[in-house]
Amino acid sequence: MASVAVPAGHRLAPWRAVQHCFTLAWRNLVQLKSNPGELAGFIIQPLVFIVLFVYVFGGAIAGTSGSYLQYVLPGLIAQSGVFSIMATGAGLNQDITNGVFDRLRSLPIARSAPLVGRTMGELVRFAASLVILLAFGMVIGFRVHTNPLEVAAGLLLVLAFGVGLAWVSMLIGLLARSATTVQLFSGVLMFPITFGSNVMVQTSTMPGWLQAWANVNPVSYLSTAVRGLLTGTPLGSSVWWSLGWSVLLTAVFAPLAIAAYRRKV
Amino acid sequence: MTYAIEAEGLVKRFGATTALAGVDLAAPTGRVLGLLGPNGAGKTTAVRVLATLIRPDSGVARVSGFDVVRQAHEVRQLVALTGQYAALDEGLTGVQNLILVGRLLGLSRRDAKARAAALLARFGLSDAGGRRAKTYSGGMRRRLDLAVSLVGRPSVLYLDEPTTGLDPHSRNELWSIVRGLVADGATVLLTTQYMDEADQLADDIVVVDRGTVIATGTPDELKTRTGGQTLEIRPADPARIEDAADIVAALAGVRPVAEGGRLSAPVSDPALPAAVLRRLDDAAITVTELALRLPSLDDVFLSLTGHRAEEQGEPVAETVAGRA
Ligand SMILES: Nc1ncnc2c1ncn2[C@@H]1O[C@H](COP(=O)(O)OP(=O)(O)OP(=O)(O)O)[C@@H](O)[C@H]1O
Ligand SMILES: [Mg+2]
Repeated sequence: MASVAVPAGHRLAPWRAVQHCFTLAWRNLVQLKSNPGELAGFIIQPLVFIVLFVYVFGGAIAGTSGSYLQYVLPGLIAQSGVFSIMATGAGLNQDITNGVFDRLRSLPIARSAPLVGRTMGELVRFAASLVILLAFGMVIGFRVHTNPLEVAAGLLLVLAFGVGLAWVSMLIGLLARSATTVQLFSGVLMFPITFGSNVMVQTSTMPGWLQAWANVNPVSYLSTAVRGLLTGTPLGSSVWWSLGWSVLLTAVFAPLAIAAYRRKV
Repeated sequence: MTYAIEAEGLVKRFGATTALAGVDLAAPTGRVLGLLGPNGAGKTTAVRVLATLIRPDSGVARVSGFDVVRQAHEVRQLVALTGQYAALDEGLTGVQNLILVGRLLGLSRRDAKARAAALLARFGLSDAGGRRAKTYSGGMRRRLDLAVSLVGRPSVLYLDEPTTGLDPHSRNELWSIVRGLVADGATVLLTTQYMDEADQLADDIVVVDRGTVIATGTPDELKTRTGGQTLEIRPADPARIEDAADIVAALAGVRPVAEGGRLSAPVSDPALPAAVLRRLDDAAITVTELALRLPSLDDVFLSLTGHRAEEQGEPVAETVAGRA
């Protein structure tokens, strides 16, 4: 009784699924491009962070702003993922509330494409923001003391951690009732893991209880690793801890996020 | 007759709410099926099941023979949904919204662009195409939303209250677009609370209330089934409305209702209109309007459900009467 010819084959070719992800990643990036306000914020926010920490607090914390820049920039690079990637879930949640998610689901595309595509887009944005941070830091006097390979390794480590965070963020975005809830919840998570770390100051200056937290905080490991890979300070086991955390976050939160997503799909 | 959409015994519960309590419906290929019902009747739920967005708790539904649960991917290749609320990416421009869907449907960059331009032109949005959807008015949003649904040239289109919130002009435009799509062979499932909309567009109607189908048929069948025609008379001289009312009352046996300079009375005897006209003539009362009309779908709805369809801020019954 079917009177309409249907394109043959109901399974999607894998390359089509990849294409869907790229198209949806494009969507994320073009959103940024066609939104001058957001674009400006995207570029300016990291710069404001640097200026604030280096010039406002730098003298007080490290004696001179120059030496503080050397300390804090790798830390800011490490923690930027927490701020930038944590927006992934808010965007996803917004798609769900305003119906875009349903529109995508009603199309014959790969089921996972909305999730994967969005993450890909966010990671590209994130990578760009890392480059902006580093480049601006170098303009105002940050000096890299290692070889380009180590710098690349440092940035990749931050990206890997970003992937782990993206899963956490998506889980929040899928479970929360509104984008405001997502922001609130992400905010509550963000502050202890960014400020309660060695990103801005040595943990030895902190009271014992905070030090205990800051020393096991994954962001501390990551910032030690990036600092070492950019300026040659001792790495210890920080690279392995950072990688371990990234893998752990993905291993725990990817299945949870995918399960939450399946329930919606 | 082949059916593009068939559903049998659809049940869907949300917690304690039974949104669909066993709904059957069938839309013949190439026609418009109107799904009518008040708020909370289950219209959106039915559409979401048919669009593969939610699974029914029980019952089956097929689109062009494909099961919406087991063959969802095939169904998605055929259908498009324009939801009750516009589903646009507010951060993208009109063009980008269209290109996004075009690309996802496998069009080349160039074809997606061309398709976007053509659809924008068709919906009178060419000038606004480069602006972000965030800046669109409600009516523009709805039109863009419909345009996005049409990117893939769906053979089955679901329109969930497509004209809610549109001004009369835009509504008319949308109606003619729907007629055009049907003329091109598409099957349309239209949900609405506007009786005149169903009357204008739908070939067949399914009336739902509280998750159950309470009537099906063509608009005319439904009206006839409700029975009782209405005679409407408008005297040329408003001062003589009372005299005219006396005459109608004497012949029809009930006092007509006067509203806006017009009298209306139920008709049981087919000879009544002619008799009324003769007596009015004898009394030298000229009439500017004399109509015998079937009950409006609004009346149908009232008699089926015991309550009126949702308030619409617009006298729908009058529109229907005006065309009778
Ligand atoms: N996701 C959901 N969770 C809980 N209840 C729901 C959900 N979706 C619909 N319902 C309930 O199911 C019933 C039918 O809702 P539905 O949206 O299908 O009605 P409708 O006919 O489209 O109404 P309207 O004309 O207001 O759009 C309502 O009582 C509604 O509250
Ligand atoms: Mg609805």
